[in-house]
Amino acid sequence: MSELRELYQEIILDHNKNPRNFGKLEGANRAQEGYNPLCGDHLHIYLQVAEDRIEGISFEGSGCAISKASASLMTAALKGKGVAEAEQLFEDFHAMVMADVAEPIDETKLGKMAIFAGVREFPMRVKCATLAWHAMKSALSGADAPISTE
Amino acid sequence: MSVPAKDTAPALPLDVERIRRDFPLLQERIRGKELVYLDNAATTQKPLTVIYALQHFYATENANIHRGVHLLSQQATFAYERARGRIGQFLNAAEPSEIVFVRGATEGINLVAHSYGRRAVGAGDEIIVSQMEHHSNIVPWQVLCEEKGAVLKVAPLNEAGELLLDEYEKLLSERTKIVAVSHASNALGTINPIGQITDMAHAQGAVVLVDGAQGVPHMPVDVRAIDCDFYVFSGHKLFAPTGSGALYGKKSLLEQMPPWETGGGMIQRVSFERGTTYADVPMRFEAGTPHIAGGIGIAAAIDYVNSVGRTAIAQYEDELLRYATELIGQIDGVRIIGTAREKVGVISFVMDSAHPHDIGTILDAEGIAVRAGHHCAQPLMQFYGVPATVRASLAFYNTHAEIDALAAGIRKVQEVFN
Repeated sequence: MSELRELYQEIILDHNKNPRNFGKLEGANRAQEGYNPLCGDHLHIYLQVAEDRIEGISFEGSGCAISKASASLMTAALKGKGVAEAEQLFEDFHAMVMADVAEPIDETKLGKMAIFAGVREFPMRVKCATLAWHAMKSALSGADAPISTE
Repeated sequence: MSVPAKDTAPALPLDVERIRRDFPLLQERIRGKELVYLDNAATTQKPLTVIYALQHFYATENANIHRGVHLLSQQATFAYERARGRIGQFLNAAEPSEIVFVRGATEGINLVAHSYGRRAVGAGDEIIVSQMEHHSNIVPWQVLCEEKGAVLKVAPLNEAGELLLDEYEKLLSERTKIVAVSHASNALGTINPIGQITDMAHAQGAVVLVDGAQGVPHMPVDVRAIDCDFYVFSGHKLFAPTGSGALYGKKSLLEQMPPWETGGGMIQRVSFERGTTYADVPMRFEAGTPHIAGGIGIAAAIDYVNSVGRTAIAQYEDELLRYATELIGQIDGVRIIGTAREKVGVISFVMDSAHPHDIGTILDAEGIAVRAGHHCAQPLMQFYGVPATVRASLAFYNTHAEIDALAAGIRKVQEVFN
C-alpha cells in the first residue's frame, strides 16, 4: 500500500476532484489535443502566449486521476512562466518520471511536480502523468496535429 | 495410441484446488500478495501439461515438418498433424484438413478477409458485423470494404449488450456476402446465438465467420451443429502458447479459396517457365515454417481441458460468474456493463468515484490482475458512453475466494477516492 499512497497523494486526489484552470481558455492562441489510445485519456491544452510568456493556460478533457491531476498542476505551475522556463520544466518533469526509482528527486527544480515521482513505481502510468506535458510542449512549438502517447 | 476423451469426462463438480496445482503461475506472489489472476479474456495461464509438451517437443522431437526424410522430421510432422486432428475433433470438424494453423484469431480473420473476402465481395456488396466486436473482427472487414467499394453494416445491441436479432435480420439481404460475429464478447461476456445468426445469414446466401476467441475456452463448440462457415480461435486464450491458433473452414469453401501468404510449404510445383501451382488445403494457407510447438501446445491444452470436462467447466464458470455478478453488483457506485442473460465469465464495470485506469492500479497493488481500458472494442465503449471499463474475466481455475478479494479491492478503491 505504501507505493500506492506515494502515487495517490492528497494533492493528486484533490486536483483530480477539483481540477484547476479547467475549461476552454478565452483568447487562447495555441491549442493542442492529447490522446492516450491505451486507456482513452483525452485532453486539450489551451495557451495564450505573448512575448515568449505564458499569459494564460487551461485544459479540458477526461481521463484517470493521474492524467487529470498532472494537467491541473501543470497549468497552475506554468501560468506566467516564460516559454523557455516551461520547456525546461517539461525536460525536468520528463526526466524525473523516466528516472530509476532509486534516483533522488530535485525538489528545488520541480516544486510541486515532485509529487509525481510515485509513478516511477508504476511504469504503465508514466504516460498518464506526461500526457498534458507533451501536449503543452507541442502547443508551444506550434504543431497542431493531435499528439498521442503511442 | 489411445483415443482422447471428448466431452466424456463426467460432469462432476470441478475440484478447483487440485486444478490450481496444475498451473505454476497461479502459485506466484505479486507485490507480496497472492496473485488473483482475473485477466483470462486477455490471455490464460498454462497448465504443466502444456509447458511439458513444449519442453518435450524441443528436447526430443524438434525438426522442421514435412518433406524431411529423416526420422526426426517425420516425428515432428506426425506430432503437428496429430495436433491438427485433435483441434478438428475439439471443434467437431468433419475432417482434419478443415483446420488451418494460424498465429491466432486475428490472423485467421485476416486470412478469410483476404482470401475468401477479396473474391466474394464486390462493389455495393455488404458485410455485417455486430456492435460488440473486437477490433480484430472489425478492421479487416473495414479494409476489405474500402478496397472493394462494399458497405460495412453494424448489427445493434440492446442496453444489456445482447444482439438485436430482429434488427440483424433486417440488415440481411442478397447483397450480404459475409457475416462476422463473435461467439462471445470479450468486453461484455455476451454469448451470441450463433446458430440462429448463421441460419439467418445462410437464408440470404451469406457465409458466416465466428470469432471464437472467447468461445472455446468456456464451452463446448460444435462447428457442424452451428453450421458456420468459418470459426477462428487463439491458442493462448485456451491455455496454450501465444502465437498459435486455428481457423476452421468448411472444406468446400477452403478449396475454392486462393492462397493468402505465399512461399515455401504452400506450393505443389514452382517453375519460372511454367508458373507455380499450389498445395491442397490446408497446406495452401500455411506458407513458411509454422509455430510447430505452438500447434502441439494447443493439442496438449485441449487434452487438459477435456480431462477437466468442458461441460463441468461451463457449469463451474457459470456459478462463479453468478456469484461475482451478485457480489460486485451490490457495491454502491459500481455499474456493471453488459448484463446479457447468456454470458461467459466476464464482469465489466465502471465506478462513479474512480477512472478504470486508477481502479486497475489499486487492484494491482492488491495482487489482483484485471484489465482496464477499451478492450479493443472502442465502438462498444462508444455505445455505452464510457471511455473504458474495468474487466475481470474468469477461467475455471478461479475461486470464490478470489472474487471476494476483488470485492475487497473495489472497496479499497472507494477508500482511496472518497
